[in-house]
Amino acid sequence: MNLAWRDIRHNLGRFVMTCAGLGLLLAVVMSMIGIYRGIVVDALTIARAPETDIWVVEAKSRGPFAEASRIPGDTRAAIARISGVEAAGALTYQTIEAGVRGRTARLYVIGYKQGAPGGPPVMVEGRHIARSHYELVADRSAGLEIGERIRLGRTTFEVVGLTSQQVNSGGDPAVYITLADAQKLQFDLDPAAARIQLARGGSPASRETVNTVVARLAPFADADTVAASIRQWKHLGAITQTEQEAILSQSLVDRARRQIGMFTGLLLTVSAVIIALIIYTMTMEKIRHIATLKLIGAPDSRIVGMIVQQALALGLIGFALGAALIFNIKDFFPRRVILEADNVLLLGGVVTLVCLLSSALGVRVALKADPATALGG
Amino acid sequence: MIETSRPDTRPIVEVRNVSKHFGEGETRVDALRDVSLDVRPGEVIALLGPSGSGKSTLLNVIGCITEPSEGKLTLEGDTVYDGRWLRDDLRKLRLEKIGFIFQSHNLLPFLDATDNVAIALDLAHVPRADARKRAIELLDYLEIGHRKSALPAKLSGGEAQRVAIARALANKPRIILADEPTAALDSKRAGIVMDLLRKLAREQQAAIIAVTHDEKIFDRFDRIYMLRDGRLESESAAVASA
Ligand SMILES: Nc1ncnc2c1ncn2[C@@H]1O[C@H](COP(=O)(O)OP(=O)(O)OP(=O)(O)O)[C@@H](O)[C@H]1O
Ligand SMILES: [Mg+2]
Repeated sequence: MNLAWRDIRHNLGRFVMTCAGLGLLLAVVMSMIGIYRGIVVDALTIARAPETDIWVVEAKSRGPFAEASRIPGDTRAAIARISGVEAAGALTYQTIEAGVRGRTARLYVIGYKQGAPGGPPVMVEGRHIARSHYELVADRSAGLEIGERIRLGRTTFEVVGLTSQQVNSGGDPAVYITLADAQKLQFDLDPAAARIQLARGGSPASRETVNTVVARLAPFADADTVAASIRQWKHLGAITQTEQEAILSQSLVDRARRQIGMFTGLLLTVSAVIIALIIYTMTMEKIRHIATLKLIGAPDSRIVGMIVQQALALGLIGFALGAALIFNIKDFFPRRVILEADNVLLLGGVVTLVCLLSSALGVRVALKADPATALGG
Repeated sequence: MIETSRPDTRPIVEVRNVSKHFGEGETRVDALRDVSLDVRPGEVIALLGPSGSGKSTLLNVIGCITEPSEGKLTLEGDTVYDGRWLRDDLRKLRLEKIGFIFQSHNLLPFLDATDNVAIALDLAHVPRADARKRAIELLDYLEIGHRKSALPAKLSGGEAQRVAIARALANKPRIILADEPTAALDSKRAGIVMDLLRKLAREQQAAIIAVTHDEKIFDRFDRIYMLRDGRLESESAAVASA
């Protein structure tokens, strides 16, 4: 006769409510973990999209994402000629505000050289940019549709294709335009900066700066060696893909990680305390029945089993409800919530552990219960 | 005396010079002082005494729940305490030898009447089907079989008490300890329960020790003992006539 189950069944409504409450709490914990993973993956997505091996940036800059970087547009051609470089693309990145259907949206505009690395990755709808001007590929999260026209700076673009899940670390949807359009956009939006450059004696060609040049290497080439040789140009820096991802996860994501980590830790602690209290209360309510069981000869193992089984049932059902909930609502979050199996399973493990530890509290009281208290009188 | 308590029969319960005190120094309470008591198979005896006189303590000592401070306790010829516990599986011993009936019935609220009885058999590793079968037989024997599927909350005080008695009897113990078994019952039902216990003592050759304040049922006991301030003082012999 399974006493744990019989007791639960007797108070089924209350038990289910308790599980549901715990489930909500664990759903919040899971969503925090998912939000954090989402931020990391979003940040890395943009850096992984060009499928590059080396990022050429301004000397001493850790750009183009973590720090500003500006290099001459003709750098691309020079990099492409280095031995071991298979292809090189020039890219600009700028965050702008634009009116999308009457409301202001922040867009992460990526200018790229057609036919070179750095363009939009797999399209979910429409096509790549075919003309050299006025066409645009947007991320689906921007809410734009194929054929729609949108004004950026002084130019009107037509949406020709849609990507998915391309957003920057701030969650702004990516929008791809040609490099030439992007450079014009930069100039249009910041004429003052451009004029200063002209005044410094720069030619109108200095309008042709880019933020980075990405280099894709041939299979035999070693990224570190090529990067070292690029750094010999005094005005250039080179960052390998591995380094770029490390910079992103450290500088951009690190604060989010610590912030969310703190919060998740706090939530987990609160959950642990709540689980412990629930199990303790469940045991205290039964203490007289436990004394009765001891009196009529139940061994400790039977009593411990009852408490531990109830604690585990509570934790695991709560966890399952929480997981079911979060898996069903995760796509309604404004930003990506990524639930990876190993993270979810780890949390399941933590919940199991917390249940076992907190049932220790209940078990302690139960084992100390004096069978004589069942006699009364 | 009724015939089943012949003096030549070896007692099932032998309490020898047992004392029990709680606490030390100023807070010391002498709950039992040099108590000796024999109960033979088939005997039903009553423990009387004012509140705090040590009745429950004596039952708890015999039930191996409370450890005496000194003395000797022998159950079914097996010495279980002699200055210290001589058995380390007291719960198993309780399960096999002793049935408890409490003042409040102490049924498990989440089990129906049948399973409240069957649990005692389950703990003794009786297979589930057999346990339920025997539980139902016991409930029938106690004339409560028609309530076998009811939860304790749905039973009247008398019905619950009979289920509790069925549980106490499940493993056929030869020692039954009852702490105010009829306190929650009206006099008619109290009489029925006591008759039942007497019938049981006779049929199963069990020893029954009951604490009671209930004068209406005094005539159902073979002997009545008086506890005063921890001392087993007076003994009135066989008032029972059945
Ligand atoms: N666990 C304990 N710790 C300390 N003192 C105790 C304990 N159990 C009983 N006593 C004391 O021992 C004495 C005898 O108690 P006991 O419960 O045996 O009395 P009783 O005769 O059953 O009384 P009642 O009729 O009120 O049930 C009392 O003074 C009581 O306070
Ligand atoms: Mg008492």
